[in-house]
Amino acid sequence: MPENTDALILDAGGAPATTPDGTAVPMDKRDKPRSLWNDAWHDLSRKPIFYISALVILFLIVISFWPSLIASQDPLQCNLINSQNGPSSGHWFGYDQQGCDVYTRTVYGARASVEVGIFSTLGVAVLGALLGGLSGYFGGWLDAIISRVSDIFFGIPILLGGVVFLSAVKGGSVLTVSTFIILLGWPQLARIARGAVITAKEQDYVLAAKALGAGHGRIMLRHIAPNALAPVIVWSTIALGTFISLEATLSFLGVGLKPPAVSWGIDISAAADQIRNAPHMLLWPAGALSVTVLAFILLGDAVRDALDPKLR
Amino acid sequence: MTVIDDISDVPAPDAPLAPLLEVRDLHVEFHTRDGVAKAVNGVNYSVNAGETLAVLGESGSGKSVSAQAVMGILDMPPARIPKGEILFQGRDMLKMSGEERRKIRGRKIAMIFQDALSSLNPVLSVGYQLGEMYRVHQGLSRKDAKAKAIELMDRVRIPAAKERVGDYPHQFSGGMRQRIMIAMALALEPELIIADEPTTALDVTVQAQVMDLLAELQREYNMGLILITHDLGVVADVADKIAVMYAGRIVEDAPVHDIYAKPAHPYTKGLLQSIPRLDQKGQELYAIKGLPPNLTRIPSGCAFNPRCPMAQDVCRTDVPALHPVGTARGSACHFWKETLGE
Amino acid sequence: MGRYVIRRLLQMVPVFIGTTLLIFVMVWGLGDPVAAMFGDRTPDPATAAQIRLEFHLNDPLIQQYWIYMSHVFEGDFGKAWNQQPVTELLKTAYPVTLRLTIVAFVIEAVIGVALGVFAGLRRGRFFDTGVLAMTLIVVSIPTFVTGYVLQYFFGVKWSIVHPSVGEGAPFKDLLMPGLVLAGVSLAYVARLTRTSVAENTRADYLRTAVAKGLPRRRVIVNHMLRNSLIPVVTFLGTDIGNLMAGALVTERIFNIHGVGYQIYQGIVHTSPATVVGFVTILVIIFLLANLLVDLLYAVLDPRIRYA
Repeated sequence: MPENTDALILDAGGAPATTPDGTAVPMDKRDKPRSLWNDAWHDLSRKPIFYISALVILFLIVISFWPSLIASQDPLQCNLINSQNGPSSGHWFGYDQQGCDVYTRTVYGARASVEVGIFSTLGVAVLGALLGGLSGYFGGWLDAIISRVSDIFFGIPILLGGVVFLSAVKGGSVLTVSTFIILLGWPQLARIARGAVITAKEQDYVLAAKALGAGHGRIMLRHIAPNALAPVIVWSTIALGTFISLEATLSFLGVGLKPPAVSWGIDISAAADQIRNAPHMLLWPAGALSVTVLAFILLGDAVRDALDPKLR
Repeated sequence: MTVIDDISDVPAPDAPLAPLLEVRDLHVEFHTRDGVAKAVNGVNYSVNAGETLAVLGESGSGKSVSAQAVMGILDMPPARIPKGEILFQGRDMLKMSGEERRKIRGRKIAMIFQDALSSLNPVLSVGYQLGEMYRVHQGLSRKDAKAKAIELMDRVRIPAAKERVGDYPHQFSGGMRQRIMIAMALALEPELIIADEPTTALDVTVQAQVMDLLAELQREYNMGLILITHDLGVVADVADKIAVMYAGRIVEDAPVHDIYAKPAHPYTKGLLQSIPRLDQKGQELYAIKGLPPNLTRIPSGCAFNPRCPMAQDVCRTDVPALHPVGTARGSACHFWKETLGE
Repeated sequence: MGRYVIRRLLQMVPVFIGTTLLIFVMVWGLGDPVAAMFGDRTPDPATAAQIRLEFHLNDPLIQQYWIYMSHVFEGDFGKAWNQQPVTELLKTAYPVTLRLTIVAFVIEAVIGVALGVFAGLRRGRFFDTGVLAMTLIVVSIPTFVTGYVLQYFFGVKWSIVHPSVGEGAPFKDLLMPGLVLAGVSLAYVARLTRTSVAENTRADYLRTAVAKGLPRRRVIVNHMLRNSLIPVVTFLGTDIGNLMAGALVTERIFNIHGVGYQIYQGIVHTSPATVVGFVTILVIIFLLANLLVDLLYAVLDPRIRYA
């Protein structure tokens, strides 16, 4: 569930304690100094999980833009004669209730998920990083206001807010769902960005830049942003997966995307009603959704392990 | 050249013939993802009752790791002890069962750590943490243990011990916290105390107080003390003998006065020269060039050779043995005579 | 401690007002509630005007909110679509969801913490890797899929449990819905506990505990667990609200007539009073749970208490 994304961020993932905690062994045993990003890339490039999840995500993005690459049929071209028919030649995934080809609908369903995921993550990242960053950097009354406002949004569990909001606006498009997620999702990222900026702000090199007379803009862009970026990127990657899952859940509850839109959430919802008669209808959209969410979580996990030097 | 073997602190008359603690040819390595880090490579030292041994070295020299090996608190894995003996009162602790070693820890050998704030449990009161020693090792009741804890806090001169016994570590000042660490180590009147940089984290004024307290209590209980430090200033006042470590080896080993008067290893010499002195005001401060070696790739021959001003070809090929210098001293330098003679 | 409690309670007031106002605005302010009540039909202007008057819809939203809240504090939550008082619906629905939440919470806390502690102590070994992989899979599969699949296999195909929850929601019927509801949270708890345990095993104070010669059991239970569980307790507390919101999905799958069901009915029949009433109570529970967590945190961690 998306409301708990920060629990994954807090997690040390699979970093084994290979470094001794004996103070006498220098922690950095490499000869050449490297930057955080170089180091992170070095770390990532040796992880198969990173490549696998990145490939799955790349494939997904390609499919969502050009579904016809791997699906030749029209997802809305259905024939009730085929209703709930099992797999057959040329239609290996079988048909759903309406007699639509499950495979084609699964392929075309990627688009809605990817769009919601990307739009809402971008929105949350920009809004959250901006508000959280400013709040952490300037502190004072600005921080007080932004923190209180985000407390208010935190008071509403995101799924509950989604049901209330989306049923009120009578939405049902990618845009309304994404808007809602941005509206209720930003405080989490703002909180993370705020913390990261406060940590970065107190570093000696920032104080030094300030002492040298650098302006706010320069300090924020050149000194703080690059260092506060890591947690934002990690969180966003994992959040993208959970937002996709949230969209499916909202569509399942009947307040997210609505037919004739093609979405995994809608198809899973329809298939769930028929699980006793035609379990095959559930397998493919549910599997595609789960693999997608898993890929984003794994990617975020790998990036986090690579970017967090404390865990090496 | 004769070296006067001036050990003023003669071991107590009832001390056994064998030293209290003797470390023989100890090796410790860590398996990391960048290879095997050889932290300790054949270390020998010994401590008698009532004696203070200072182990001196930079971070990464293996001084803390060897102490943790003695204490039996290394994380294994990633650490491994491929070779060596640690004889406590004549018995090799590396051959003991885990339970036997546990009973020695705290009761016979205790340790004081550098950063008392992180080394004390933040969510338990100091009274609980001190009293725990008595409850676990002596089976005392909660109430008796608390009384003992207050007594201990008095002993290390923490003001208003009775009122503060229920306070938490973060409520004490740095110096007071370190006193609590010392009290915890003293609780069961152990025979040996290992103090790992006990004053490094403290203010200079508090450093002296804490060090004096430690030295005083050591005399009172006639304990052996291993003082691990990188601070030559601390050593001069309290130590009887010094072992200087570099890249996991002891490079020089001598009574404290000899080392200050005439170092027999270029590394020791460099360390002494890099202490700022008032009578050399105006001159440029000496610094040993280069950095301590990477422990996964220790240089061949003498590990110090890339940084040594006296290095010759032989230093790059042959590992120098610890040559005896006089009766109670040793130097692991091919050119110890030249170093002394300069 | 007393001052801390009072400060936290005072801080809760603006958050409560803001959150409930936000919900109120979403339900009453976005779109036209009168039009929504009539669905596709166009309401007779006289009726519409009367409804507007009855619900104070001509007043500014903030005033409507004020009127609503003053009624709420007198125990009047308005009437549902079928003229049933919302208070009555609350009284029948909340106990059911509360039972479900308790079942889920116990499953989440007990299994999640146990898995996390054992995985954290055996870091990098088979059990640990297994827990990490399992939890990732659980997190990735949406709750409604897990719910239907478990219901199909355990309830329908193998008939081990009732596929739906019977009258009065007895605890034995709530076991499977509780597990489904707890699933994702359980995975988070396990991962969080594991990380916390793994971090604490490397802490300096734990090294001290070993150096004191304490038995391993004591080192782990008295020193490590106490510290490791502080963030877990925080998570568990804040998760109570999420569990109750998650009941929206679970109650739908297992046909449980609790809060989720009533909110859903309120939406289907466009009954703003029902939705706002139920959500307001949920928000209060959520905020109270957060307060409880803060207090518990202060009890567990003296650094907070005396800050």
